[in-house]
Amino acid sequence: MNGADNTGQVPEESRYLASQWRLMWWRFLDHRLAVVSMVVVGLLYFIAIFCEFFAPAAPNIRNATRSFAPPQRIHIIHEGRLRRPFVYPQIQNVNPETLARTYSQDTSKPQSIHFLVKGAPYRLWRLIPMDRHLFGLADGRPLRLLGADRLGRDLLSRIIYGSRISLSLGLVGVAVSLILGIIIGGISGYYGGMIDNLIQRFIEILRSFPTIPLWLALSAAMPATWSPVRVYFCMTLIIALIGWTGLARVVRGKILALREEDYALAARVAGVKEFTIIMRHLVPGFASHLIVSVTLAIPGMILAETSLSFLRLGLRPPTISWGVLLQDAQNINALALYPWLMSPIVFVIVTVLMFNFLGDGLRDAADPYSH
Amino acid sequence: MMTYILRRVLMMIPTLFIISVISFAIIQLPPGDYLTTYVANLAQTGEQATQAEIASLRAQYSLDKPIYVQYIKWMGGVLHGDFGQSFSLNKPVKDLIWERLGLTVAISLITILFTWAVAVPIGIYSATHQYSFFDYLFTLMGFIGMATPAFSLALILMYISYRVFGTGVGGLFSEMYMDAPWSFAKALDLLKHLWVPVLVLGIGGTAGLIRQVRANLLDQLEMPYVVTARAKGLAEWRLLVKYPVRIAINPMVSTLGWMLPQLVSGSVIVAMVLSLPTTGPLMLNALMDQDMYLAGTFVMMLSVLTVIGTLISDILLAWVDPRIRFERQQT
Repeated sequence: MNGADNTGQVPEESRYLASQWRLMWWRFLDHRLAVVSMVVVGLLYFIAIFCEFFAPAAPNIRNATRSFAPPQRIHIIHEGRLRRPFVYPQIQNVNPETLARTYSQDTSKPQSIHFLVKGAPYRLWRLIPMDRHLFGLADGRPLRLLGADRLGRDLLSRIIYGSRISLSLGLVGVAVSLILGIIIGGISGYYGGMIDNLIQRFIEILRSFPTIPLWLALSAAMPATWSPVRVYFCMTLIIALIGWTGLARVVRGKILALREEDYALAARVAGVKEFTIIMRHLVPGFASHLIVSVTLAIPGMILAETSLSFLRLGLRPPTISWGVLLQDAQNINALALYPWLMSPIVFVIVTVLMFNFLGDGLRDAADPYSH
Repeated sequence: MMTYILRRVLMMIPTLFIISVISFAIIQLPPGDYLTTYVANLAQTGEQATQAEIASLRAQYSLDKPIYVQYIKWMGGVLHGDFGQSFSLNKPVKDLIWERLGLTVAISLITILFTWAVAVPIGIYSATHQYSFFDYLFTLMGFIGMATPAFSLALILMYISYRVFGTGVGGLFSEMYMDAPWSFAKALDLLKHLWVPVLVLGIGGTAGLIRQVRANLLDQLEMPYVVTARAKGLAEWRLLVKYPVRIAINPMVSTLGWMLPQLVSGSVIVAMVLSLPTTGPLMLNALMDQDMYLAGTFVMMLSVLTVIGTLISDILLAWVDPRIRFERQQT
């Protein structure tokens, strides 16, 4: 078995004494791909949290002279000599007849890329004034590793800023559906009878709505005049709307089984409040399963946001999310000329893929007593 | 079994009623109604609508009545097969949907067949050659296929075909056949365009189905009955196809019902990107323009199909796998 090498390092006694969570952790570590995915997902969220620092430029700085500037390539060899990574500055040439813009490189003046460079000042989380960026050119000159959009804004910076919205929306959506799922599923499973029947029928009706049309209808219902914050909040609710029913069913099924256990009965006899019994004694019994369901639910929500925003039904500019960025890629003619507009897709795919692998690993680890 | 089906069918009636109410409520959600959108559009083109004009339109569409009256009127029509009139396109909803339904269903059916034709053999191969090079390759491709949102796959394919063939791949017909009556040449033209939407729509489902078939088949291959059959000298191929595969393709059957609503919605997002003349974009526009009856009919129709589809799935599943019982157990 795969786990032999790892469990071999753990002395036999500690394996018997280990808590369930520790066993799960060991088992999870056996799943290499899942561990790697966890690191990548962690990194993505880390970047999203400190996006002002990681982005080389502010996301909304327009530069009309750099409209659709192509990505700058990183070089390390200048005139046959190895030097620290650098880019060549771009020069815009406007065709006097067609007014078409083309870009060429000025290969005489390499510009070195520095780490922790001083750049455009910003406020981290809108609070702490700072001006250091992870990387960039000296003197705050613009660096466009993934090219620029129509307004000359740096695409990489916009993707990094967009990750904050896109990644958090999935988490918030899952949190909302988790809370709803635990409370409603808990009530349904714990009380049973009439209440259970009512809630289950309600869930069935909700589930019989086709997801995408329902999302479309609800998103289309958001007035165009709403503030970005309000739209964001409503988007999470819309996306969470379907998610919680699945979680509620898991919770209900588990509670139905667990409430007959002796310890639940003991708590009831001891006079513990019903709500406390559910939350303190029953929920921990299947927390691992919940974590798995939640992990596997997040990528779906990220995809939902991206798709809806892409259709111009979800978030709207000036809000920056991956879906909003992809709106620019809708036009096949623009895409053919400026293929780098598609690059947010790569980030979406990597995120979703990593979450799927992570969820797979967690699922295997969730039941540490299976062989 | 019969009592089970009967109970489910009876349960469908209140469910459908509640769905119809919620559908109607959702469509009423946006502030204003179709006329506000209409007036705003007129204003944009520089025209003005007089108060009297608006009032007469409002009365014509019964938008001046309370919501529940509108609902009852609409529902009364629906029960008689009249789904109302589309405001923006000024045609009966029924005709509009009917017009586009044929192609939508055709694309969806071909996609399903494509999904099965690809996924089942690969799933079987992956399970029988577990941990082989191709198994890893298919697994990896499957995961990527599941992680790629369909619309981005559409974008990528469009970009590639633009680069390689120099033409866009949107739509289902070349321009010259767009409005032409059906002919052999037009059908051929359709086939030429069809592969892109089928591929784009099918990839996600294919990837998922491969995973399921593989996992199910692996479970089955460990069963004692397989060992027994092998010990008795049954040829490997017959052994595989006759029992384990039959059980492994359960997900195909159980998701068959869920495909019903997809048949009609025709994957809205992909259809938008590829500008397919299917029902999806029609629905999206109706939702955005607050074209009430058209949008309502869509949401309603899709919900009904979902309910029926789930029922069909459950029945089929019981039929394929006799171990599944639906009678309520005493707990």
